[in-house]
Amino acid sequence: MVASANTRLRLETAHLTALFGRHRAVRDVSLLFPANTVTAIIGPSGCGKSTLLRCLNRMHELTAGASVTGEVLLDTVNIYAGDVNPVELRRRIGMVFQRPTPFPTMSIYDNVAAGLRVNGKRARSETDQAVERALQQAALWEEVKDRLRTSALALSGGQQQRLCIARAVAPEPEILLLDEPTASLDPAGTQRIEELCHELKRLYTIVIVTHNMQQAARVSDYTAFMYLGSLIEVGKTNDIFTKPKVEQTEAYITGRFG
Amino acid sequence: MNSRAFRRHLVSRAMTAVIVALSFIAVLALALILGDLVWKGASSIDWAFFTRNPVPAGQAGGGVANAIVGTIIIVGLAALIGVPIGVGAGLYLAEYGSGRLGFVVRFIADVLNGTPSIVVGVVAWMFIVRPTHGFSALAGSVALAILMIPMLARTTEEMVRLVPHSLREAALALGYPRWRTSLKVVARTALGGIVTGCLVGIARVAGETAPLLFTALGNLNFTLSVSQPMQTLSLQIYVYGTGPFEEWHRLAFASALVLMGLVLIISLTARWVTRQRHGSVR
Repeated sequence: MVASANTRLRLETAHLTALFGRHRAVRDVSLLFPANTVTAIIGPSGCGKSTLLRCLNRMHELTAGASVTGEVLLDTVNIYAGDVNPVELRRRIGMVFQRPTPFPTMSIYDNVAAGLRVNGKRARSETDQAVERALQQAALWEEVKDRLRTSALALSGGQQQRLCIARAVAPEPEILLLDEPTASLDPAGTQRIEELCHELKRLYTIVIVTHNMQQAARVSDYTAFMYLGSLIEVGKTNDIFTKPKVEQTEAYITGRFG
Repeated sequence: MNSRAFRRHLVSRAMTAVIVALSFIAVLALALILGDLVWKGASSIDWAFFTRNPVPAGQAGGGVANAIVGTIIIVGLAALIGVPIGVGAGLYLAEYGSGRLGFVVRFIADVLNGTPSIVVGVVAWMFIVRPTHGFSALAGSVALAILMIPMLARTTEEMVRLVPHSLREAALALGYPRWRTSLKVVARTALGGIVTGCLVGIARVAGETAPLLFTALGNLNFTLSVSQPMQTLSLQIYVYGTGPFEEWHRLAFASALVLMGLVLIISLTARWVTRQRHGSVR
């Protein structure tokens, strides 16, 4: 398996199947996400990689008709157990989406503080510090520190996406889920986000969904290849891209299909 | 230019002319009404018109201070009752109204929207005026609120539905509970549209007369008590406009002008709010 002896286990799926009605979008996936690593999930459109990601913070079940079987273990606790509150769970798992989603009515500061505020009131100075720390982690602080009170909509697309990363990391989650975070960004913006992945994995366990294989190769430690809802192959990124064991994986990464 | 291209050119020109003419006719109605009101009413509007109460029939002078204040009180109170209920119902419909109850509420709102306002007046008379043995401004406000609620519910629902799903997901992924997502992110993003909807709804009921005939009744004297019959501009126009005195007709036109002005101000405010919030609903 993927996890070597010295990496603490953070997140694991066991026989996870995700359904939309009767359609199985994710089929019996068992996958380890070791702590403080970046795991990339790759595969052609519609292979279930985003759905798998959305199962990890119980966002999948919010879609009408969606359901899940199997387990997702966060530090050995099944997050689908009856006594787990999904709202509280999502505070421990940050998520960034394909398109930037800053809250349009809030300032830059309030956007970053949004996740802190649902976690209960805290002192003003403490929030200030947390906002600054999050913006620095997202490599946005220098660009916005003089206009924290202005609307988040005034930022460029790349800045908005980094703002969303800041918003996701501000409550100091344990896991960071990135759903094609650079899909709507230009190359410069993409590069900044990729650099961030390297920075942030010191603090968080990162799972990134991408349809860009170069990106997976650049940012991830482990790569999982999915096809038609099933996990085909998973391994160290270097191994997957240089000596894949499964024929389908090789065909996909060499561009013969998908 | 060959003949076919020429014919197309001609037809295009003719069609453009037709639609320009039609839109001109549509605007003409408003222009005629406003023009007529200004023509016949503007000369009667002076300081006394706003500050004095009606004088006994046949005497010259007097104003409609009681009706202006009454309109503000009755419509204000109606808004106070109707806006929270209407906006709340709209939020419910947009955020939680996908089930059977939502369908029923939406259907009832649509039926209420099409109910003649005089019927609403009769209902308010039955349930408030008769049990309390008296016409009152409060009963009028309730009648107007009943008219306002379905309008606000439906516009609020539309506005909230315009908020992109991705924003809702972003809030939920941050660990926002559902109610907090609805209020702090979704409703707040749609706020500009909701406020505009409320103002348009208020402007619409401000001109209502029929539901007030059975409830607020009208009052020639100045009163601030909502348990008493109260005058509004629309009732004033009804009474003065159908009365026998030339002086009354003059005041009716002036009142109509003031009422139109009031509605216009509310509508312009609604426009302004929409513009201020432009871009917030994306």
